[in-house]
Amino acid sequence: MTMISMTVNGKAVSGNVEPRTLLVQFLRENLRLTGTHVGCDTSQCGACVVHVDGAAVKSCTMLAVSCEGSHVTTIEGLANGTELHPMQAAFREHHGLQCGFCTPGMIMTAVDIVNRKGSTLDEHTIREELEGNICRCTGYHNIVKAVEAGAQAMGAGGMQAAAE
Amino acid sequence: MSATGIGAPVRRKEDFRFITGKGQYTDDINRPGQTYAAFVRSPHAHAVIKSVDASAALASPGVVSVLTGQDLEADKIGGLICGWMIHNKDGSPMSAGAHPALAVGKVRYVGDHVAVVIAETFAQARDAAEKVMVDYDQLPAVVDMNEALTGKTVIHDVAPNNRVYDWHLGDKAATDAAFARAKHVTRLDIVNNRLAPNPMEPRAAIGDYDSGQEQFTLYTTSQNPHVARLVLSAFIGIAPEHKLRVIAPDVGGGFGSKIFIYAEETVCVWAAKKVGRPVKWVSDRTEAFLADAHGRDHLTHAELATDERGKILGLRVKTKANLGAYLSTFSSSVPTYLYAPLLSGQYDIPAIYAEVEGVYTTTAPVDAYRGAGRPEATFVVERLVEVAARELGQDPVAFRKKNFIRKFPHQTPVIMAYDVGDYTASLDKAMEMADVKGFARRKRESARKGKLRGLGYSAYIEACGIAPSAAVGSLGAGVGLWESAEVRVNPVGTVEVLTGSHSHGQGHETTFAQLVSDRLGVPIDQVAIVHGDTDKVQFGMGTYGSRSGAVGMSAISKALDKVIAKGKKVAAYAMEASEADIEFKDGRFSVSGTDKSLAFGEVALQAYIAHKFSGQELEPGLKEGAFYDPTNFTFPSGVHICELEIDPETGVTTIARWTAVDDFGTVINPMIVEGQVHGGIAQGVGQALFEGVHYDADGQLVTASYMDYCMPRADDLPSFDVGTTSTPCPSNPLGIKGCGEAGAIASPPAVINAITDALGHEHIAMPATPQAVWLAAQRRLPAIAAE
Repeated sequence: MTMISMTVNGKAVSGNVEPRTLLVQFLRENLRLTGTHVGCDTSQCGACVVHVDGAAVKSCTMLAVSCEGSHVTTIEGLANGTELHPMQAAFREHHGLQCGFCTPGMIMTAVDIVNRKGSTLDEHTIREELEGNICRCTGYHNIVKAVEAGAQAMGAGGMQAAAE
Repeated sequence: MSATGIGAPVRRKEDFRFITGKGQYTDDINRPGQTYAAFVRSPHAHAVIKSVDASAALASPGVVSVLTGQDLEADKIGGLICGWMIHNKDGSPMSAGAHPALAVGKVRYVGDHVAVVIAETFAQARDAAEKVMVDYDQLPAVVDMNEALTGKTVIHDVAPNNRVYDWHLGDKAATDAAFARAKHVTRLDIVNNRLAPNPMEPRAAIGDYDSGQEQFTLYTTSQNPHVARLVLSAFIGIAPEHKLRVIAPDVGGGFGSKIFIYAEETVCVWAAKKVGRPVKWVSDRTEAFLADAHGRDHLTHAELATDERGKILGLRVKTKANLGAYLSTFSSSVPTYLYAPLLSGQYDIPAIYAEVEGVYTTTAPVDAYRGAGRPEATFVVERLVEVAARELGQDPVAFRKKNFIRKFPHQTPVIMAYDVGDYTASLDKAMEMADVKGFARRKRESARKGKLRGLGYSAYIEACGIAPSAAVGSLGAGVGLWESAEVRVNPVGTVEVLTGSHSHGQGHETTFAQLVSDRLGVPIDQVAIVHGDTDKVQFGMGTYGSRSGAVGMSAISKALDKVIAKGKKVAAYAMEASEADIEFKDGRFSVSGTDKSLAFGEVALQAYIAHKFSGQELEPGLKEGAFYDPTNFTFPSGVHICELEIDPETGVTTIARWTAVDDFGTVINPMIVEGQVHGGIAQGVGQALFEGVHYDADGQLVTASYMDYCMPRADDLPSFDVGTTSTPCPSNPLGIKGCGEAGAIASPPAVINAITDALGHEHIAMPATPQAVWLAAQRRLPAIAAE
């Protein structure tokens, strides 16, 4: 077992884990942050996307021990209290989710896209950038609309930095 | 229309928990003292189990127990069932082999369940599962249906030629006569490719046993928890229904695959008592590919007879349906009663005859997947119609219009009585939205860039609102397909609705609340929808077959009628008026011709304090229930138009625009309905262009991960233009037809009709991958060069 410490959603956390423990397992099982989901075994579906030190990461593909000292943000850490992050609000406003299982990963990826590409995104860019997140319910139509609107709202609110 | 009533695009009530990571899916739940299950699965497609040696696994760290099919038998736990009896042409019953939750004697597909290892941690269970030594005697795999039907290798002794049934529907003599007088016959051989449903949440289960109460609880990823309880109780024999609670919390998509009662859930709930601790299992994605029921997988020869003017005279279909190694819960019904009765499509076809053979193979069980039989039927009809029009040199639109059913009600030769529809209206609207007039110009522009552009139509019909209980009972179903609802009005006027429908993405918490808000005049945030727990909701049949609006909401509507009727009685006492003079409108009970009125919440309070009618016949309280059994199927219909561009250099197909015009009758929430259409189209385009489950000749599944099975991604699809027409359904109180499956039913033939239009010839199989399209395009290029 290995002792690890990191900052998750602004709080210092630590835990004693088997070295093979994945970041997603540490988040879900040790910290009970179950908003981050596991939808596949091959780093394809993106349901597990979180931010590690400001970058989107598939948490099923990263060992918890390699996040020692890192700052991790999960879907639970995105809203400011009861005030939704603009990307969360956009997903609700544009019906960008149905069953909700892929949604946390979609939203975390979408915020990362805006952080990297800016707040004015065209449909082609959004679709290309979402290639690593699979949704089976929505046909992506409303997710694309939500990301576009959420990006604009982030730009208007200067939220990129606040997201981390 | 109020801002939250019927027809309003109300933002979803359930979304807050999902977008903040607070959803509660089965894997998010843990029970105190919980253990973890890992299944030992067959690596062979077909083998005799000579022995199972669990000694090394039992000695492995953290292992609590290893259980096999013998342990299930010893506890008299029954096998998994198929709930729909199909009869052969000669009237004899289908040949269904035993389906134990853990294999006994033989394994029949790769992924079949041999044993379960239960351990302190999930990792320990998986580690130990690899140490269970199973001695197999391999038998030949049989993947191909035609090979299976030779009977050289027998999968179940009860089915000597691996034929589960040999079923038919329709009038053979009349159909043969129609073909005999036909001027033209169009013939097609069709492969409807096998698909993996792939809800993003893999299946999961937690079995729990309270020895003090002798009470079992199963948390599971189910679309129909009451049906699961019924089957686990009455057929599998886990416990009587009053001692078994099934909870299906937030469920991350289903698409049919979570209707069924599977081995893993059965084993978890049984094993919880056996080991005296809760048992949790969570599928990984590869297990989902191996052991979730697959969809489709038909081989069909279809023929369409037409007269000299292009009027359809008859349709003849011979289908082989792969049912896999065991019959899953509703598998027998999918290629029979959910398929052949839809073969009339939107067309007036005087004679139809369909023959279907259900076939065992050494592959995963095949059962309902979004559309379930209806996409297969629509693909047959819409490919035949398109090809017939082209062969006859007729415009595909004119050919369709010439053959559309125009008078309603319409009795088809294959059971269904279509109640209402306006097929021309949907086609005309779709053509306008798709700018079909501009297609020739766009095709020329594509050609200038060296691209091939095609336009494909699909005019579909489906039978939803499943289903009138007497009708399905007469066709072999073991259950009735009504729905239940209970409306509980609290003393302060807030409302809880308990429904037997189950939401796993459909947004029932919003649409059902809209109905309540609309009818009772109660703000939508004062309405709660309760579902997914057999201890809360008395009974229900669950959600599939686009039935929750047409059947589930009809039950709620009936219960609301009763609430209003009782509210009038209470209001009459409260306002000292005659019940006949009480009117209810916009959330107020008023005495007609006076200015006396009470708000709904005030009447609710009067109902509970009962001061004004104590000692009278009227009972206190305001709670009403209803069961609704539909009197007919509903018949959503519509037209989808796919326009696409093929790059003959690479074989890549790009969908340029997609137009859908659907007639769903009354729409409660257009935003949610459009979302259902979008998702269905994506799954249908997935079938047409990307997806396909593939077994090799040894029965090994070679598409067992997202690295190998091509799921549609955001950059594979366009945005969709979605419109509606409306002919409200006459057979239910709300006029709803259902919208959940339409997109998946309509879209595959639209894509293939567009590809074949672009390529100028008819032979391309699904999935039309870049390789397949490239090969087809190479054959076409010389002709294009000549043009």
